[in-house]
Amino acid sequence: MAEIVLNKLVKNYGRTRAVHGIDLSIAHQEFVVLVGPSGCGKSTTLRMIAGLEEISDGTVSIGGAVVNELPPRKRNISMVFQNYALYPHMNVRENLGFGLKIAGQPAADIAQRVDEAAEILGLTELLERTPAELSGGQRQRVAMGRAIVRKPAAFLFDEPLSNLDAKLRGQMRAEIKKLHQSVRTTVVYVTHDQIEAMTLADRIVVMRAGRIEQVGTPMEVYNHPTSAFVATFIGSPPMNMLPGTISGGAVRLADGSALPVPERAADNAREGQEVLLGIRPDDISPVGHGLSQDGPGAELTLTVAIAEPLGMESLIFTRIAGQEVQAKLYGPRMVLPGEELVFRLALDRAHLFDAASGASLEAR
Amino acid sequence: MARYSPKRLFRNRMNLVPFLLLLPAFMVLALVVVFPLGFSLYTSFTPYRLIRPNTLHVWIGLRNYTDLMGNGDFWAAFGRTVLFLTIALNVEFLAGLGIALLISRITWGQRTLRTIMMFPMMFSPILVGYQFKFVFNDNIGILNNALQALHLSDGAIAWLVDRNLAMFSIIFAEVWMSTSVFAILLLAGLLSMPRDPVEAARVDGCNPWQVFRHITLPYIMPFAYIAMTIRSLDVARAYDIVHVMTGGGPAGRTELLWTLIARTGYNNAKMGMANAMAYISILLSIAFTYFFFRKLIAARKFMRGAD
Repeated sequence: MAEIVLNKLVKNYGRTRAVHGIDLSIAHQEFVVLVGPSGCGKSTTLRMIAGLEEISDGTVSIGGAVVNELPPRKRNISMVFQNYALYPHMNVRENLGFGLKIAGQPAADIAQRVDEAAEILGLTELLERTPAELSGGQRQRVAMGRAIVRKPAAFLFDEPLSNLDAKLRGQMRAEIKKLHQSVRTTVVYVTHDQIEAMTLADRIVVMRAGRIEQVGTPMEVYNHPTSAFVATFIGSPPMNMLPGTISGGAVRLADGSALPVPERAADNAREGQEVLLGIRPDDISPVGHGLSQDGPGAELTLTVAIAEPLGMESLIFTRIAGQEVQAKLYGPRMVLPGEELVFRLALDRAHLFDAASGASLEAR
Repeated sequence: MARYSPKRLFRNRMNLVPFLLLLPAFMVLALVVVFPLGFSLYTSFTPYRLIRPNTLHVWIGLRNYTDLMGNGDFWAAFGRTVLFLTIALNVEFLAGLGIALLISRITWGQRTLRTIMMFPMMFSPILVGYQFKFVFNDNIGILNNALQALHLSDGAIAWLVDRNLAMFSIIFAEVWMSTSVFAILLLAGLLSMPRDPVEAARVDGCNPWQVFRHITLPYIMPFAYIAMTIRSLDVARAYDIVHVMTGGGPAGRTELLWTLIARTGYNNAKMGMANAMAYISILLSIAFTYFFFRKLIAARKFMRGAD
């Protein structure tokens, strides 16, 4: 059993505090993704779990035991680094077997486990090569192989895919998912890419400026963001935010036009409150070219500024009440700049946030 | 001439241009390298003595070389030079590595220390020799003085006169002067080393010694081989320090190849013989350089994968 528990975890660099007391429990065999913009403390948190960064305050427990004072080698974890961190003077076989060799395993066992790992990751043909002779994707697979041969209690991934090109990243994402399904182990995965977070995670931890913003399954975080920050960070293209004021049970926008308050926030919206009305591009579509056509909505005539055709859908840039917004058009239809279209806003799927604190006004 | 169309003439002239442009460089090289080299090689086949210029024209074939084969003094100096090289390079490597590791750990004042470290290299070897001659002097030397003041030694130790201590003293001076070459190159290696493989090794189960042994050391070995190549050429031609400190004595116990060659060539005026000796000792330098270069190339093969 290897659950990982972070208790009021703090990291200070001199006088600046990088991580502000994080509490998180990660269950046995769970795949947790820490996601956030750069500088949010996600990598620092991971490195504190690994033991590569000293803990300023609070505790890290792995498998029930506090490991604060243990060096990395005694924590029974493996880590995959952003820059692969392969040992350049060893070939793939030696790279994979290095941890086992250091642990004093018999040579026959090492060979067998290295062959197994190479088989899983499709590295069998490459075992005699040195890292210099491998492509980026192959290097990353070796780094993953090195992590799995040791059969650790937990895997830590530190932005493992960010050095790869987009196509390879997609492939490796699928391989990591497959790997986790075959080698059931606790995983803590750090990324700044919300797509990786959505596709890989059992639970997503959204971090911002050294604090946890929201913890939840990908669908919870996507459908019920607790703050405007999470709402704009998760989902691509990001959620549109329309500033407005609550007035007479409606959200009054900058140009004086009004949209009804989304039902889920109706109980919490106070009269006169400054708010942000959040609505995803997928929920703003020309009539007849959207996803959900039933439920409460509002229809607006808007002028297309730019259209980016993507084939079966187009991304449309337009303005609502002076605020630039992105909208989606589903279906293979050409749209020209300057064209006027009637857009339908699916307000049952819209969100309302307090403008000052960014907190969601959704009733829970 | 009718066969040469203007076009063909032009092409021929074009072919000459690169050679014409390179000619000055060839001429300088011939004058300062090829000619002296050829001349000295020629004299090694003659009984050339500086005081009898006519001997330059007497061809004696390989006699200088065959004489050298049976010359005990020469081979003793040869062996001593190899020993001197081996001890000095190893001590300098280990001491330099230690210094580089310590300096790579400090975060404040690193640049200043690096500059201070280079001070010994700024002195002429002759002056370093004189300095250590006085440090090790048995009567007025600061070392004996200190040892006696601290009651670590009763009488005066004859550092430069005792056969073993004299060699030790010279090696000490050599190490003092040149350890920083290793330290600086190894420090450059340590500072350029990526942090990730070290962290990966720590997670992979290595204790600090194992990290050093399996990750750090292989990474900086190419830098060590570069330092060793440079230093082996330097030490193999050691002359100044030895000449000043002991003059090859006592009784030829610190005679190295080049002090012997200089003595043969200038004091005994047997230039033909001295050149024969020099050609054999150059083989030694070539052997060391070749050895370290092979090591360097083997060690560098993987460096590309370090990023």
